[in-house]
Amino acid sequence: MSASCSVDLTPAEKVLERYPAEEASLIQVLQDVHRAYNYLPCEVLVRVAETLHVPLAKVFSVGTFYKAFSLTPQGRTIVKVCTGTACHIRGAVQLLDELCRQLNVEPGGTTPDLGFTVKTVNCVGACAMAPVLIVDETYYGNAAAAKVGKYLKGSGGKADAN
Amino acid sequence: MRIESPAAFAEFRKSAQAKLAQRRAEVLVCCGTGCLANGAAAVAEAFAATLDGSATEVKTFTKRTGCHGFCERGPLVVLRPAGILYTKVKPRDVKEIVDKTLKGGTVIPRLLYKEPTSGQRIEHYQEVPFYKHQTRVAMRRIGHIDPTDFEDAIAHGAYGGLVKALGMTPEEVLREVEISGLRGRGGAGFSTARKWRSCRNAKGERKFVLCNGDEGDPGAFKDRSIMEGDPHSVLEGMIIGGWAIGAHEGIIYVRDEYPLAVVNLTLAIQQARDAGLVGQNILGSGFAFDIRISRGGGAFVCGESSALMRSLEGKVGEPRAKYVHATDRGLYDLPTVLNNVETWADVGAILEHGGAWFAAMGTTKSKGTKAFSLVGKVKNTGLIELPMGMTLRQIIYDIGGGVLNDRPFKAVQTGGPSGGCVPEALLDLPVDYEKLTEAGSMMGSGGMIVMDDRTCMVDVARYFLKFLTEESCGKCVPCREGLHQMLAMFDDLVAGRGKPGDIERIERLSRGMQLGSLCELGKSAPNPVISTLRYFRDEYVAHLERRECPAGICRDLTTYEIMPETCDGCHACFKACPVEAITGKVKELHVIHQDKCIACGACYDACPTQAIRFLPKHQLAARGVA
Repeated sequence: MSASCSVDLTPAEKVLERYPAEEASLIQVLQDVHRAYNYLPCEVLVRVAETLHVPLAKVFSVGTFYKAFSLTPQGRTIVKVCTGTACHIRGAVQLLDELCRQLNVEPGGTTPDLGFTVKTVNCVGACAMAPVLIVDETYYGNAAAAKVGKYLKGSGGKADAN
Repeated sequence: MRIESPAAFAEFRKSAQAKLAQRRAEVLVCCGTGCLANGAAAVAEAFAATLDGSATEVKTFTKRTGCHGFCERGPLVVLRPAGILYTKVKPRDVKEIVDKTLKGGTVIPRLLYKEPTSGQRIEHYQEVPFYKHQTRVAMRRIGHIDPTDFEDAIAHGAYGGLVKALGMTPEEVLREVEISGLRGRGGAGFSTARKWRSCRNAKGERKFVLCNGDEGDPGAFKDRSIMEGDPHSVLEGMIIGGWAIGAHEGIIYVRDEYPLAVVNLTLAIQQARDAGLVGQNILGSGFAFDIRISRGGGAFVCGESSALMRSLEGKVGEPRAKYVHATDRGLYDLPTVLNNVETWADVGAILEHGGAWFAAMGTTKSKGTKAFSLVGKVKNTGLIELPMGMTLRQIIYDIGGGVLNDRPFKAVQTGGPSGGCVPEALLDLPVDYEKLTEAGSMMGSGGMIVMDDRTCMVDVARYFLKFLTEESCGKCVPCREGLHQMLAMFDDLVAGRGKPGDIERIERLSRGMQLGSLCELGKSAPNPVISTLRYFRDEYVAHLERRECPAGICRDLTTYEIMPETCDGCHACFKACPVEAITGKVKELHVIHQDKCIACGACYDACPTQAIRFLPKHQLAARGVA
């Protein structure tokens, strides 16, 4: 891979030690690696492929297939808008629009300062309190577009916009 | 401590129950996701802190339980043994509850559930309409136990079915499940006993028992609550399944979005292993069975059986053609049984109480009970379990309390992206596998989403198409390309760009996808479209021919305005507007500025005097306003 990727491989090595070196470990390994780096750096994917004896193309295919993985760095704070059916009919679209407007990103995008990543998630199973917005681990039920600024405040990502 | 025999298990259960009986009272604080978001953790802490000092005096224990189901009114607190339900409890209420109710024995009316029509306060949770009509089997222990407390689960009957099963031959266990009439709770409704028997008869030494916890249907969360609130019920069912089939390995595939389920299941497996209920020589029977957890990667298609197995193998979750059954060649091409979380949770109860007991509930072909998440525009949202055959009207009105804000009912969506919308004319339909399929929907994984007149059916169909376009794995052409083209036509419809013949083209494409797709995701993908076309064709026609959205939801077709004669200047719309398109002072007339308005409808829903109306955009244009 290109010289611009210079990543410390130690966390990845630690993850790889915990799993048998076979294809069946691939998804679990990528999940743990993703947690360690907050994304899947290309150099790490190469190392995972070598260690598990899986072709790099396959690692790449798995890494792009599942929603849990990102190949680009993620924001310090992940803001998720649930777009499950219950949330959809109770105003998730307005919520997402307002969030994207305030942070000036597209859904799935990350702010240039790596403060926030805005994601949509297909139902978090908290439909009774729809619409739901999740800032890192905190769930906000019956979330309102007019309160988006409040939800972002106090999170690690620092909401400059509001 | 390892339990070596059925007799030792009976002894252990007795002592666990005796320990429980010593508690004079229990405070059950619901710590499901909904209640936690409303501050249940602080409530539980406050109880623990307040009761700690006086615990010896009143012998009261605080328990953090799984989801009680009545999420709408959370945080929920149930006081046992009296069974008093307090709703919307705040940490500051805790001291009063301890002093007045726990020590003084008097009820605090303010915190009781208020019946909306009569205004009557209801004391006991069994009397609350939301609970009264329910029968819980899969969710039998949820809300009663602390999911992290092994003894608590045992005292409440966990693994009682396993003890019985191990005393029977595998054939006898299979027959009991056959008698129960249990069918797959993941939605397709295949006979559980038949699936188990095929796998049992399949050649091969190594077989797998899998649990599908990849609950991906948007609007469904029953499996989440079961895994979080009573993980041992899932493990018990899987071990029994392993015994009946002759398998020694079990894997639970849990959705990536359910972190608490992973935590609670991991702990439960450890507890069961320490007690000798998982691992070698279970209860001295000589039978060995191990269970592990695999986290999913966040792909909806992995709820499909063959895709789930590919994902477990560490591959991309693509389905394969089904001419070979998983019961013959599933995970790693070895005989495999895959059942849904709720199915596994039912198994332990069936063995404990007998197949006939289960079969006595439900309808002719759909036996037992079924869990649903009742959500959307309904008053009492939450998680419910009821006997098959209850009508939609009973579910939505008796349990659900009717449509939110008493608006007109339009439809109920069941079965997720593979299901459909059932209209008002069919509200007296008894809910079972066959009846829902006849109505053009399906059971699915138990999501029931209530929709009112402010729901646009074209928008709903488009929503599911968009969802499936993102989630289609792309392996077969009819699904991948069909969804893409269909979505493009819907994008035009909701934007008022529909072309003559679009509806017929959509219908033709739907048939093609049903016939040509590889797996159920693609085959059932047109269902939301077909069912909305079947019952709400006039809405499609309005979008296509008149460029109007009758529900006022599709933004490109709708504008909002304030009627000066009705506006009393309450300022509610001003506060609700996310884009500051409304101006006006309190007690003065408010105005919507069309150049800023994004037609989101927040003001319409917020207005207490119905002073805001929506109308087709072209009408406003004709007036020369916009």
